[in-house]
Amino acid sequence: MSSRNGRRRVNQHTVVAIVEDKPGVLMRVASLFRRRGFNIESLTVGPTEAQGLSRMTIVVDGESAPVEQVEKQLYKLIDVVKVSDLSNEEMVARELALIKVRCNNLNRHEILDIAQVFRADVVDIATNSLILQVVGDEDKINGLIKMCEPYGIRELARTGRVAMVRGPKTTTVHEEVPESIARIHASQGRRVEGVELPFSSD
Amino acid sequence: MARLSGAEILLECLQREGVEVIFGYPGGVVLPLYDALPRYNIRHILVRHEQGAAHMADGYARASGRMGVCLATSGPGATNLVTGIATAFMDSTPVLAITGNVARTLLGRDGFQEADITGITMPITKHNYLVMRASDLALTVREAVHICTTGRPGPVLIDIPKDVFQEEAEFEWPEEVRLRGYKPTYEGHAGMIRRAAQLINEAKRPIIIAGHGVIWGDASRELIELAEKAQIPVITTFLGIGAFPEDHPLSYGWLGMHGMYYANMAADNADVVIGVGMRFDDRAMGRFKDFNPTAKIIHIDIDPAEIGKNFATAVPIVGHVKNVLPRLTELVKEATHEEWIAWIDRVREEHPSLEIRETRRLIPQYVVRTLYEETNGDATIVTGVGQHQMWAGQHYFYKRPRQLISSGGLGTMGFELPGAIGAQIARPDAEVWAICGDGGFQMTMQELAVVVDEQLPIKIAIFNNGYLGMVRQWQQLFYNRNFMAVAMTQPDFLKIAEAYGIPGIRVETKAEVRDAIRTARQHRGPFLIDFMIDQEENVWPMVPAGAALKETIEAPPEELVR
Ligand SMILES: Cc1ncc(C[n+]2csc(CCOP(=O)(O)OP(=O)(O)O)c2C)c(N)n1
Ligand SMILES: [Mg+2]
Repeated sequence: MSSRNGRRRVNQHTVVAIVEDKPGVLMRVASLFRRRGFNIESLTVGPTEAQGLSRMTIVVDGESAPVEQVEKQLYKLIDVVKVSDLSNEEMVARELALIKVRCNNLNRHEILDIAQVFRADVVDIATNSLILQVVGDEDKINGLIKMCEPYGIRELARTGRVAMVRGPKTTTVHEEVPESIARIHASQGRRVEGVELPFSSD
Repeated sequence: MARLSGAEILLECLQREGVEVIFGYPGGVVLPLYDALPRYNIRHILVRHEQGAAHMADGYARASGRMGVCLATSGPGATNLVTGIATAFMDSTPVLAITGNVARTLLGRDGFQEADITGITMPITKHNYLVMRASDLALTVREAVHICTTGRPGPVLIDIPKDVFQEEAEFEWPEEVRLRGYKPTYEGHAGMIRRAAQLINEAKRPIIIAGHGVIWGDASRELIELAEKAQIPVITTFLGIGAFPEDHPLSYGWLGMHGMYYANMAADNADVVIGVGMRFDDRAMGRFKDFNPTAKIIHIDIDPAEIGKNFATAVPIVGHVKNVLPRLTELVKEATHEEWIAWIDRVREEHPSLEIRETRRLIPQYVVRTLYEETNGDATIVTGVGQHQMWAGQHYFYKRPRQLISSGGLGTMGFELPGAIGAQIARPDAEVWAICGDGGFQMTMQELAVVVDEQLPIKIAIFNNGYLGMVRQWQQLFYNRNFMAVAMTQPDFLKIAEAYGIPGIRVETKAEVRDAIRTARQHRGPFLIDFMIDQEENVWPMVPAGAALKETIEAPPEELVR
């Protein structure tokens, strides 16, 4: 999914979608991208400052789709509340990576030096491997990966990009929903927990 | 507030939403719903296959402008709805599909007759719901109906586990629907409307292309006013047929793959194209990159995602056509466009497209035209998909919205009979003709039982060419006459009708056509006519697949057999 050789493609778009936190919403978004042939470079989801809303950061390959269509198609989904294209904004874009690097007593220090240059943290260490945690833009992460490659990368995990516009401007949603409706929205489609349901089959 | 079961809440809500008819088919998990149904003032039509239920709900919606409702049990019942839901989705019609599912304890465990119908229908519904609590039902139904019927209409599915039908909850009618993520734009941007008016006022060769959205936006009147004030010729898309009266002097038929030659040429030679409630679909526009490259496009539609999807737009107007058109008309100057109209008239004289040639053979065009004459152009025509569909679109002339009902976007064979049933139930006084392909009819003909059950006076005209005609036409033209898998030995359709108790006659010559239609019309109940039409007749004009509108070809002389 992520762009392999690091160079950030000119035509990449960072789209933020604020969505209702409901079961199935990820599938709706993913299914839309697949059906319309929009290529996802990365997609991350997490909670927002507002209850009941999640934030998706989607990096789209702009070659595969005009970003305007991506936005409009996303808006058609009922559970998508707000869509913003951050590509033309001053933004902070970050990704986190965990890199498990092979090492031994002879080269461990070299790796730690490299980590320091990249301001990566060592979050786990064993006799023949260590885990580096690095946060930054894709270029930085790709740079560190490249430097670690000669030692041998046992495992790599990346989160994909999250992004935010610089300055006071936000991409959040401020619309309140009446309590009675919000309560039902919060439960809509969710499994019932904590009660013994009758077993029924026909 | 009252304590009701989930089934009762659902029915109570549907009743309050004004639902009068449900097209359905029972099964284990919806039994609690069927158990409660007789206590409500909702008519249930028992179909013979769930696909029929979805098409009937769709036909009902298309004929009346109201939401159609279909109901199926879990698993196979739900999956049988899929074709009908996709048909409604592609043509933006308001169909509410209700399915039962296995009990909540079994969901996700591959319970007997479990199918993930919300997952399956996500890409073919405007929205869908899985309801996990009886207490969520009332708001869910209200939201579903709201989404289904407002903005750009479209099918919505509600999936309900069996024990949610049985669970009790306090019923409270939600007065308000609040969806943060769904706010259709109705107004239309004033600046854009001004720019559109300016472009129209400067245009030498403007053309209006009216689509299905004009019908669903109930804006036929408003469209006529715009066209008349500025004397702009109007063509429609196939689904837009009836949006503008075809007997109006400014009407120039419809465009597209089997549109009229002059309509295609008018679209291709215009300097300003005004698309109203339509989506510049490939079947209508031909090869995108070669459609009239110099025309400036004004696009009015309620769905912003349609604007700029296939063509660059000079002036985008997102809004409801009924709001936008009068405001545009106000700003548009009176004009005559004499030269331009004379140009199109000349093309039409030279390439009339719709003349019925004199033949000895029984040609389908003659059947449609005779039907038009005999019904004074007032019938509601419901078609299947294929050649007969195109002939029905071409050779009947439609005066009103909702007079032609047909699956355009998905092109679903088998729509004809259940679609007609839905239309007749929606409009009991209308004269409904199902124009059926002999292939398509066999996909859903089991619904003849519904015609009889409900005593519907539908007239069924089978265009019996012994072929999957449209496919045969393509094989003839593009696959070197390699007629593969298109000839069909047909059953005796009269005997099939008779088995259901429906009378009918077979027509084998031109001379019998008119009398047969008269007999059918005089008969009070349903009636079937098996028209044995010329087998190898083709649909013309035609834009070959992948060609541009300007490459429209007309019937080659050797085909004009008599
Ligand atoms: C469900 C479905 N299957 C296949 C097709 C492809 N198809 C389009 S037209 C056509 C032939 C239709 O034959 P018939 O109903 O006899 O109508 P005719 O063209 O002969 O008038 C076929 C097979 C389709 N549109 N729908
Ligand atoms: Mg046929």
